[in-house]
This record gives sequence, C-alpha cells and structure tokens, in this order.
Amino acid sequence: MAPLSDDTTIKDGPSTDAPAALPGDGLREGIIDNLRSHIGEAIVDTKITPNDDLWIRVSTEAWLTAGQALKNAGFTYFCFLSGLDWMPSPYGTGEEDPDDEPKEPDTEIVQGYTGGETRFQVFARLTDLNRHVGVTIKADVPDDRLVMESWSHLFAGANWHERECHEMYGIGFDNHPDLRNMYLPGDFEGYPLRKDFPLLARMVKPWPGIVDVEPMPAEDEAESPVDDKGDES
Amino acid sequence: MTLTDRQQLSYIASQAADARLNVELETEGMTLNIGPQHPATHGTLRIICRLDGEQVVWAEPVAGYMHRGYEKLTEVRTFPQVTTLVNRIDWLGSFANEVPFILAAEKLMEIEAPPRAQVIRTILFELSRIANVSLFLGDLGVQMGAITPVFLAFRDREYILNLIEGATGGRFHPNFDRIGGLKDDLPKGWIEETRGAVKKLEQFCDTIDDLLFGNEIFQSRMRGIGIIPADIATDYGLSGANARASGIDWDLRRDQDIPLSYDLADWKVWTHPDGDSWARCWIRLQETRESCKIVTQLLDQIPAGPVMTKVPRIIKVPEGEAWVSTENPLGEMGYYVVSKGGLGPFRVKIRSASFNNISIVPWALKGVYVPDVITILASLYFILGDIDR
Repeated sequence: MAPLSDDTTIKDGPSTDAPAALPGDGLREGIIDNLRSHIGEAIVDTKITPNDDLWIRVSTEAWLTAGQALKNAGFTYFCFLSGLDWMPSPYGTGEEDPDDEPKEPDTEIVQGYTGGETRFQVFARLTDLNRHVGVTIKADVPDDRLVMESWSHLFAGANWHERECHEMYGIGFDNHPDLRNMYLPGDFEGYPLRKDFPLLARMVKPWPGIVDVEPMPAEDEAESPVDDKGDES
Repeated sequence: MTLTDRQQLSYIASQAADARLNVELETEGMTLNIGPQHPATHGTLRIICRLDGEQVVWAEPVAGYMHRGYEKLTEVRTFPQVTTLVNRIDWLGSFANEVPFILAAEKLMEIEAPPRAQVIRTILFELSRIANVSLFLGDLGVQMGAITPVFLAFRDREYILNLIEGATGGRFHPNFDRIGGLKDDLPKGWIEETRGAVKKLEQFCDTIDDLLFGNEIFQSRMRGIGIIPADIATDYGLSGANARASGIDWDLRRDQDIPLSYDLADWKVWTHPDGDSWARCWIRLQETRESCKIVTQLLDQIPAGPVMTKVPRIIKVPEGEAWVSTENPLGEMGYYVVSKGGLGPFRVKIRSASFNNISIVPWALKGVYVPDVITILASLYFILGDIDR
C-alpha cells in the first residue's frame, strides 16, 4: 500500500517525477479498508478505476456516519452534493428524429456505477487535500420516504447543496437548518431535475434531429460505426 | 493547521457577534438590503444584512436571479452541443468552462487529444484566466472608490480577448473545444501576437501592484478583514485562490493527473497564510503573473501535428460515469457526467466554484462592519452565472 503520509511539502509546479508520486490503487483500496473498519457492512458496493477515481455506495442509514468517517480519515474538503434520478425520461431522450414514428419510452431503471435499488440516489464528492485523492460517495434514497440525513452539520458547505437538491429532486434532509428554495419561487410546483418533469421548451419545439453536423478535420480517415444517420433515429 | 493570531481574533469576534444576537434579540436592529441591483454584486445577487449599529449580525445571500437550468438543458442536448451552454457559466473565462466537460467526455470515450491540441488548450485556458482575473484586479479599485484601475483593466483585457477572438472566433463565448481536440489550428502570426500581449499584461500586473496593492487606503481596507481560517474554508468547499489565501496548498493544475500541459512549464503555486481579503486579492495578482509565465513558456513548446484526433462524425459516448475538475479562474470547476451510451448525457452535475465560494458569505460577514461587506464580497470574487448556473 502506498504511504498515507501527506505530501504537502511539494511547493513548485509538477516536476519530472510527478507520475511516480501519484497515488496508486493501493491507496484507494486502503481508503475502502479504512472506511470498512469504521462503518463495516454499511458499505454496499465499491468501484475503483486504477490511479483515477473511486466510488463507494453506502446504505441509506449510514449516509451520515460514512461522511463522518471519511471526514475523520482526511477527506475534509467538501466538493459537492447532489441527487440522481435513474428513471429514463418518459419524454424520450430528445434525440429522436421527429419524422420517425415515436418509440415506446424506456422505463427500466438502471443505476450507474456501484448499482442501487431505488429510483433516486444522493451522491457527494469529498477530497483529501493532503493525499490529493477524491471519492464519490453514493446512497440510495428510499422510494417510500425521500429523506436523507443532512450533512450540513458535518460540512457547512453541504447546506446550500442540500437546499438545491431538495428543490430540484424533492429529496428531503433531516436536521437541515433551512430547506428553503434556492432558485425557484416558494410556490413553484414540481421538481425540475426529475426525469418526469417536462422541459417545456423541448415540448413546444422538438429537436430537428441531426441535420447540421460540423465537418471534423480528421473526418476523411475517421472510422465511424455510427456514421449513418439511419442508425440515429 | 494553526491559526495566526489575526485569524483567531476574527474568529472570536464572529463568535461574539453570534452570542450578541442570541442575548440581545430585543435590541432594535436594522435590516439592510444590498442588491439585487448593486454595483458591488457584479450582477444580480441580493444580500440581506441584519445590522446592530454598524456591525452585521446576520447576513444571507439570495441567489437565483440568474438560474438558467443548465443541468436540465444538458439532458436534451448532444455532447458536442453542451459546450455552447457551459460557455455561459463563468462568462469572463468561457474557454475554461469547456475544458473539464470535454475532458470528462474524452475520459468516458477513452480518447485523448493530440499533444498539440493539449498545449493549445492549456494556453487558451490560461489566457481565459488572465482575461478573467485582470478584470477582477481592475474592479477591486471600484469597490473602494478608485476609478482608474478598472479603465486599465478593460483596456488591457482587450489584448487578451483579441487573441481569444483571433484563435477561436468568439470574444466571450469561444465554443472552440471539441471532443478529441480543437476546432481549428492557431492562425498565422498568433504566437508572436500572444507574446506581445502577455508582456503587456505583465506590465498591467506591475501597474496594479503599484497602484492598488501599494496603496495605503487599499491596504487598510483589506488587511485583517474577512479572515477565513483553513478548516472553515475546506468545510465550505472553498477552492482556487480563496482556499490558497487561507494557506491551503492545493492547485488542481499541479495536484492531479490531467491531460493538460502544465508540467511542461516552470511555475509556482502561491499560498498566503493570512486568509484575509488582502491575501485573496494578492494571490490572484500573483496567479495572473504565473499564468503569463505559463503562456510564455508554452508558446515555445507547441508540438507539430494534428489538433484533432480521430472521432466519429456523430459522437456516442459509452456508458459510464466520470468526474473531471480543473482549476478554473474562480476555483475548482468540475462536471460529473453520467452517460447511458446515447448521443447526449443522461445527467450532468455542474460543480461551479462560485456556488461554494459564496456559500461562506453568511459566516464571513458575521461581525464585520458595513463598509467591509463590500470588500469581502469583492475579494471572494464570484460571477453570478457561476453561482446560479
């Protein structure tokens, strides 16, 4: 495993041996092991892309304790927190050719990395500024009660992000000091970032399809599997 | 990280203001509404301050006057079309907004731009930073009643905007970055022009250093005001110059492995231990100088070759999730891109720097005097489009 000590002594720009100093996956596996020693079975799934990124999914109940454990483990920098709606849009992807017959909309909910069981998930990004490593932490939001524990007392910056997530997805946050709307009027109905919230501009004027594609400089040699417009509609 | 004495004093002062609010709720306070249309807010940010005499006991920024819903709009656009939208997030450094999104898409497609495109990207990225921060440096004076610096800034920023226009065709919204490279190569004579313009901007930095940072009034309005300790800064997710001014030695240009050409240049990440308004402005001044250095060095190292790698004419991004963030003029700007294998993204979470940077305002304004509200807001430096997205 790579040493966990901090390397903040590097003051200048990247030197020639910078790639060797990059944290390896040993580092990321160590982070998961460390977290597992604190919250145990609450870690549902993990994904590592070597020398690149790390995803951890924890159970709904462990959302707050996982944040606390990561903060104690050095992930003190709060990057963002937001929600995910995995339901495919009932209005289609907006990329169908309007001249074609409308397709049956896809309704199967497929979660992304680290899986999941519910339509909504919350995810947050934390960074360790000493080891220069970040982690994306996810958790399911129960379908019957769209409420999570608030992180706002753990990371002060989560306050605004949770307000945004609440008004855009309708996910509530227990113990949040002030879940007012951030952008929308107080009496706004609906949750705009949910997939079943229609984007009216696209409803009244559908996309004309791919009619104007800019020629690429390397186009002549490009081997394109989707070059035929017929595949797209 | 140990706090300096000055930081501790400010911390205690804000705690005391907190206590006073609790104890003396009955005293007759006054609510002062700053904005939404106020010169010091660079747009339409409204700040509600509750005052006790001359001191702010409670402050609340009200954002949302410019919310354009880009996260929703990206879901009905193709990947190449998204750059047009994200150009308008931080409109003073537009090119820099495109880069992390394009890098995220390239990461999902497992392609990389050719070396020539990477170097030109880095140069344009740094030119956006210079254009953005030079306006900040000029605008600083206006907050305190000094008119001259802003005229200098608008004059000298034009040299950089002309270069960006020369290379990309757009002064403010270049829309020049493409998945797999760049739209075009640099025009003839652009490199020599850039060398000259960067020299002018270096002189501009010296002038501002002399005119503003050496000014006694400026120093007394900025020094020791609005101190943000490092632990508070990380808690709120402050990034960029605001974090480095609090002594956090962290710069995404240096501290992550990213396909941009910063390792080709010799430059320095500046930090300041004080965490006050002056430190935040001083860091930005030094960073503009460093950006000039990076651009000058990279101009000599543009490799030959294509500016575009082989990509299909109609781009489909494979299924997956990717997070890429870069050190933008305002701080860490990143995109969390979820693709379902279609023409457009399934979900894009836009993490903009100003949103986090301005969320600290209720904390930072607690206990300060009314005139300092303006300088603290100015030194935190936000762009409205970057808060609301």
